[in-house]
Amino acid sequence: MTDTVRLTVNGRALTVPAGATVAVALAIAGAACRTSVSGEPRAAFCAMGICFECRAIVDGGPHQRTCQIVCRDGMEVRTE
Amino acid sequence: MAARDAIVIGAGIVGAACAAELAHAGLRVTLLEQAQPGTDATAAGMGHIVVMDDSPAQLALTHLSRQLWDNLAPSLPDTVEFDRCGTLWIAQDEEEMAEVHRKHATYGAAGVETEILDAAGLHAAEPNLAAGLAGGLLVPGDAVLYPPVAARFLVERAVASSAKFLADTPVASAQNHTVTLRDGSSLHADVIVNAAGASAGQLTPGLPIRKRKGHLVITDRYPGFCRHQLIELGYLKSAHSVSADSVAFNLQPRRTGQMLLGSSRQYTDESSAVDGRIVQAMIERAEHYAPGIGALSALRIWTGFRAATPDKLPLIGPSLADASVWLATGHEGLGITTSLATARLLADQLLGRPSPIAAEPYLPARFENAQKTGAHD
Amino acid sequence: MTRSFDIVVVGAGPAGIAAACAAAEQGRRVALLDDNPAPGGQIWRGPSTAHRDAVSRAKERWLHRLQQNPAITSLHGCRVFDVPGDGLLAAEQNGQRVDLRYSKVVLATGARELFLPFPGWTLPGVYGAGGLQAMVKAGLPVRDQRVVVAGSGPLLLAVAAYLRETGARVSAVCEQASWRSLLRFGASIAHTSRLWQAAGYRWRTRGTPFHAGCWPVAAHGGKTLESVTLSNGTRQWTVPCDLLACGFHLVPNTELASLLGCTLQQGFVTVDALQQTLIANVFCAGEPTGIGGLELSLAEGEVAGLAAAGAIRAAQARIPRRDRLRAFAAQLAVTFALRQELHSLSKADTIVCRCEDVTWRTVSQYTGWRAAKLQTRCGMGPCQGRICGSALNFLLEWSPDSVRPPIFPVSIASLAGPTASAPAELSAIQEN
Ligand SMILES: Cc1cc2nc3c(=O)[nH]c(=O)nc-3n(C[C@H](O)[C@H](O)[C@H](O)COP(=O)(O)OP(=O)(O)OC[C@H]3O[C@@H](n4cnc5c(N)ncnc54)[C@H](O)[C@@H]3O)c2cc1C
Ligand SMILES: Cc1cc2nc3c(=O)[nH]c(=O)nc-3n(C[C@H](O)[C@H](O)[C@H](O)COP(=O)(O)OP(=O)(O)OC[C@H]3O[C@@H](n4cnc5c(N)ncnc54)[C@H](O)[C@@H]3O)c2cc1C
Ligand code: FES
Repeated sequence: MTDTVRLTVNGRALTVPAGATVAVALAIAGAACRTSVSGEPRAAFCAMGICFECRAIVDGGPHQRTCQIVCRDGMEVRTE
Repeated sequence: MAARDAIVIGAGIVGAACAAELAHAGLRVTLLEQAQPGTDATAAGMGHIVVMDDSPAQLALTHLSRQLWDNLAPSLPDTVEFDRCGTLWIAQDEEEMAEVHRKHATYGAAGVETEILDAAGLHAAEPNLAAGLAGGLLVPGDAVLYPPVAARFLVERAVASSAKFLADTPVASAQNHTVTLRDGSSLHADVIVNAAGASAGQLTPGLPIRKRKGHLVITDRYPGFCRHQLIELGYLKSAHSVSADSVAFNLQPRRTGQMLLGSSRQYTDESSAVDGRIVQAMIERAEHYAPGIGALSALRIWTGFRAATPDKLPLIGPSLADASVWLATGHEGLGITTSLATARLLADQLLGRPSPIAAEPYLPARFENAQKTGAHD
Repeated sequence: MTRSFDIVVVGAGPAGIAAACAAAEQGRRVALLDDNPAPGGQIWRGPSTAHRDAVSRAKERWLHRLQQNPAITSLHGCRVFDVPGDGLLAAEQNGQRVDLRYSKVVLATGARELFLPFPGWTLPGVYGAGGLQAMVKAGLPVRDQRVVVAGSGPLLLAVAAYLRETGARVSAVCEQASWRSLLRFGASIAHTSRLWQAAGYRWRTRGTPFHAGCWPVAAHGGKTLESVTLSNGTRQWTVPCDLLACGFHLVPNTELASLLGCTLQQGFVTVDALQQTLIANVFCAGEPTGIGGLELSLAEGEVAGLAAAGAIRAAQARIPRRDRLRAFAAQLAVTFALRQELHSLSKADTIVCRCEDVTWRTVSQYTGWRAAKLQTRCGMGPCQGRICGSALNFLLEWSPDSVRPPIFPVSIASLAGPTASAPAELSAIQEN
């Protein structure tokens, strides 16, 4: 096992420490997770799976709580 | 009758519509609601404004209602989420296509525009439907709205026409021009309109109304997954199951991008709890028609009760036992649609105005025997 | 798929881990499941830091005990969303539905933070207090980032200490409770190790100003956070920062308990001396029975696990210690009671419901939660009102709605049930 993981965020390659959650990867990439109903950028907030602010598209699946998902090599993440 | 005061009981969509119509016609209206506007069946309903043709009377009432909603549409605030997305009735096979053609003819004769879609047309209209379906009938004039806000809007219209609205005001009894509130005080009026929905029978005993439970599931936002309100015509295959528990595929796109998935009908269950067995059956049906739906995220499930009459038509008009009490209830699964026409027919009768459609099929008097004996369960 | 166990423990925080270990050591087959990707709950999340304190020692001890026990099946990333029948829980793991059959269940679902809406709280860079800590534990680098820690509760100092150790520049810790409450609290715990724990955190945050009777009133920034305005009731000042860690203590996660029919009193699950709820075979331990911290959660977990396993004597032996710890829980609630001024934190344009973007102006027109929800969509988003509902419970004293399945959003396929079950005999019908 290596100590970093490579994934893409909105198509751009990113390396994060192994064990990092997707919400952390998005924060490192400087990306908000989603655009709110009224158009505001939103990022992770509670970081414990409750608030749903960290929703993003993970490997094609929309509305995933990225704070509860650990990054894997080759993962494709897109903001919503 | 020098009927110039009216008390309307219940600020569901039906009572709210009646209050708005009567106040607009110049009556001094008081609208009484035990909770807040639109929090009972109106909050549970799908909000599909739909023309239906189970009977000529149902077709006449729903068609008139849809026209009234169309007239109102320009004044509806954005929060009512009125969206003329149209209805798409889905046919699985040739037998159901025959029903498409029958419906097309019936609707056409009534002046309701429809369009027959073949398999390719259906697929183009709704790419997420299963392959191999035979076709469908598109009713482009049907619409969708958000019922609780629509009810509140109608309450506000009533108030703007000088009606008095009292929320959190439960009624204990209503008879002989007198409404007694649960706090013991009483109000008097020339006419009392019982629009208490499925609870109307508690105020006017002997009504031929049964509660018919329904379940709905709401999804997260998936804009574009479906574009029209989708309803299966599959009921043809089990036409005699009018009284049994039943489910049908019914999928509604909301303007938010969410979808409402229905629907179920149960007579025997009076608890508001979610019944997993029914939900499962509903979803299996949905996956049959829209195979991708299983992957979507569901946010919530809820239940509600329809006020069902034996002939599936509402009760609009004077009650039998007490000429001061009028009824506006029994709308089963169509009360959002038919609220406006109900208000219109009721006001026309009260004021002696002509109505655009015949009022007889909806008069409570048609159940004379049931009401006299109070024998209905 | 349906799996059967003697005892199912929901929540793998300290309470759940203690319950699972205690039950398994009595020879029971136990499932321990948690929504998180790894065991530990909120406090024992992520890798240990260099700093070795009582918390990290307890963590190592318990995780070791957990991992050693082959009678415990740990299910991670697994979230219970429904109670499909007697003795049965429905969960979703990796998008698949798993049903769990139990003879006894221990609810150890923990707590979430209470968040109060103030202008700017939706800006990226504003986190919960525990929230930012969790992000850092999950890999977020904060070296040289300027952080303000604010809100209420003993968590604030722990978070500040942790952030300092990971390289952040914590410019202020703001506790809304007054010095007076804090000193009284200090005196009441003076004879316990907790004072040392608190003193330890304070030592580790030395050099960072600690303001009691102080709270955030606004966060500012364009696309992300740039500064935060703080108030002590008489004066307001603005501090530049990159991150704000802000939470107003904890709210118990009682949705699953409610769904199972357990009785709640003042928001907490009612349990007897052996942590059994009023529903047969359902036990509850940790924060849902009262916010009391790590040691109490562990103590309650052990009692619940032993009692669920039928080891009543052993469970009873642990009651006195647990009860002593409960006295501390009562102190916590008094000390960190939220001040009146916080009722006016939300301004007209402040978004209260983050899922549906409903503002304070819109929501506060209504007289109750149900009408507000139906009319404004407040609380109708995927968090199901867990954030705004808890805030409005404080701000307007609105009581929450009844709990309905699913208690978390799940895929429609999972709602439909495990695939092997018999389909219901239902016919299709016509109308909508
Ligand atoms: C699952 C489901 C889906 C549906 N889908 C649709 C659809 O797509 N399209 C459609 O047209 N219809 C639909 N319906 C039907 C529709 O929701 C109802 O017909 C309609 O809401 C009935 O409105 P109402 O005003 O008569 O009843 P309610 O909304 O129930 O209003 C009655 C009001 O009376 C009040 N009340 C009762 N007793 C008293 C008392 N003693 N004192 C004071 N107040 C009292 C209640 O609090 C309530 O607010 C659906 C129904 C269900 C259950
Ligand atoms: C964010 C946060 C940070 C904290 N940090 C500290 C600290 O640094 N120092 C300190 O002394 N105290 C801290 N505390 C307090 C400490 O966590 C508690 O006092 C105590 O340890 C709680 O233990 P518990 O087992 O009751 O709950 P928790 O640790 O909250 O564990 C509950 C677990 O249940 C899971 N869960 C809940 N519902 C479901 C469901 N339906 N399905 C599956 N899983 C579910 C959750 O994912 C969670 O992992 C913190 C609390 C929070 C909320
Ligand atoms: S940050 Fe709250 S759910 Fe992920």
